[in-house]
Amino acid sequence: METNKIREDFPILKRTMSGKPVVYFDNGATTLKPQPVIDAITNYYTYLGANAHRGDYEMSGQVDDAFEGARKTAQKFLNAKHVEEIVFTSGSSMGLNEIAIMVTRQYLKEGDVILSDESEHASSYLPWLQAGKEKGTKIDFIPLDEEGKITIENFKKVLTDQVKVVALAMVSNVLGFTAPIKEMAKICHERGILLVVDGAQSTPHLPIDVQDLDVDFYVLSAHKMCGPTGVGVMYGKKKYLDELQPVFYGGESNARYNKCGDLILKESPLKFESGTQPIEGVIGMAAAMKYIDSIGKENIHEYEVELKKYFLEQTKDLENLIVYNRNAESGIVTFNMKDKGQLIFAQDVASFLNTQGIAVRSGQHCAKLLPDILQVPATIRASFYFYNTKEEVDRLVAALKEVTLENCVDIFF
Amino acid sequence: MAIDPTLLREIIMDHYEYPRNKELIQDDSYLSRHMASDSCIDDITVQSKIANGKIQDIRFDGTACTIATSSTSIMTELLVDKTVEEAKEILENYFSMIDQKEYDEDLLEEAVAFQNVGKQANRINCATIGWKAMRDILKESEGE
Repeated sequence: METNKIREDFPILKRTMSGKPVVYFDNGATTLKPQPVIDAITNYYTYLGANAHRGDYEMSGQVDDAFEGARKTAQKFLNAKHVEEIVFTSGSSMGLNEIAIMVTRQYLKEGDVILSDESEHASSYLPWLQAGKEKGTKIDFIPLDEEGKITIENFKKVLTDQVKVVALAMVSNVLGFTAPIKEMAKICHERGILLVVDGAQSTPHLPIDVQDLDVDFYVLSAHKMCGPTGVGVMYGKKKYLDELQPVFYGGESNARYNKCGDLILKESPLKFESGTQPIEGVIGMAAAMKYIDSIGKENIHEYEVELKKYFLEQTKDLENLIVYNRNAESGIVTFNMKDKGQLIFAQDVASFLNTQGIAVRSGQHCAKLLPDILQVPATIRASFYFYNTKEEVDRLVAALKEVTLENCVDIFF
Repeated sequence: MAIDPTLLREIIMDHYEYPRNKELIQDDSYLSRHMASDSCIDDITVQSKIANGKIQDIRFDGTACTIATSSTSIMTELLVDKTVEEAKEILENYFSMIDQKEYDEDLLEEAVAFQNVGKQANRINCATIGWKAMRDILKESEGE
């Protein structure tokens, strides 16, 4: 992979942070945007301009082409069987909320169980918790193994006749382990269980084929894969999307209605897209998908894993470093630093790294059940992407060698 | 301001490594405030016993970073034995300092160590979490 050439596509990499060239290692939170994505968004505002699906004029027609073209791009990107299976949302969180509400209302009854696990992001867990309160559904947890990953053995242990939904992330946003989705899908379908997959952290890094994985629902956020914020995809198998009643109602999703209370909705996916969509976002997302495809997901994953291995090699003598996910095959390194045998609070380390021009995340990374497993209140997460370099990893390693409690407090003076 | 930064740093380190009054008490005569919703990480509880218009005792506990722990520790020492009115004035000056406004440094004693915390804007919350808890407790003590 020609990283130096790729970096030229990202204008933001020329900026500084704390007076130093920025090292952006917070890709798990959001990713930077390449010029083709920025251009696609700008082109909507400077040229296309109109709303989608509404007008009888040339500009509007061009918007329709771009908008529905983006849906086809997304279909191809995920290898969905039908274009109608691609619903635009504001992102993974919205998609997961809609799925949880619709599935709970229409398919579940009191006492039914949704399987989750303690490494889930809030967006994969809380929607089921809240949606289930009216119905009286229950959440059970797939036990994580000693490293914090999901195994088929542990999954099978908690499968009961009450389990009707399994809802989990394909890649954990904290530890970066990949769940055995394909195998889980097979087991789910033998038992009539729906499999809902949060693809926020897998889509940007791994080749995704929803037909091969055989997932029932899959969501993604564009901004985590070089696209704009506020837009994403909710994929659902056609048979389910055809049956489900949307959560939101309004313009564009209905075909006709009258004063008697009759309502005829449009077919999927439009019935799920009430109101004007983020058109520039959808177009920008398609540009991001094409950009990612031009680099190749296999290459991306391989390169991220290589950066992580390089980090682990370069820090093998750094005794104050504790890495929690050494064996996870991804570009995520979750760690803490010690000083004189005592853990330094994660946020203090992250703030120190900021003064060195390095962006990382500290905290619980929206997975608030996980600290019980890791037995630390918070961690630092460095998440790599394909535009990061070994030289940037060197800068992180050099900065970590300087981390002491004193240096972390010194930043305030 | 001409205070030796090394000294200020030592104050923070000392209160972080050896926090004062860091133990909660089971006693109904204490008012209590749990601060857990202001940020994702810092999670502290402050307790105070206030009688006859005077702060008799302040305690805290929880999980927090250097700045949140040390600033709360310093607050507990600074405000104990003060009248509610005196404490309110100190609090007001502390928040002014954090906001980079004018303040009376004599009133703040060791708490001046946090005068530059605003340089890291995301850490202002850390430096104020315990102080906000105490401000809430004082309001509650006055029946607000």
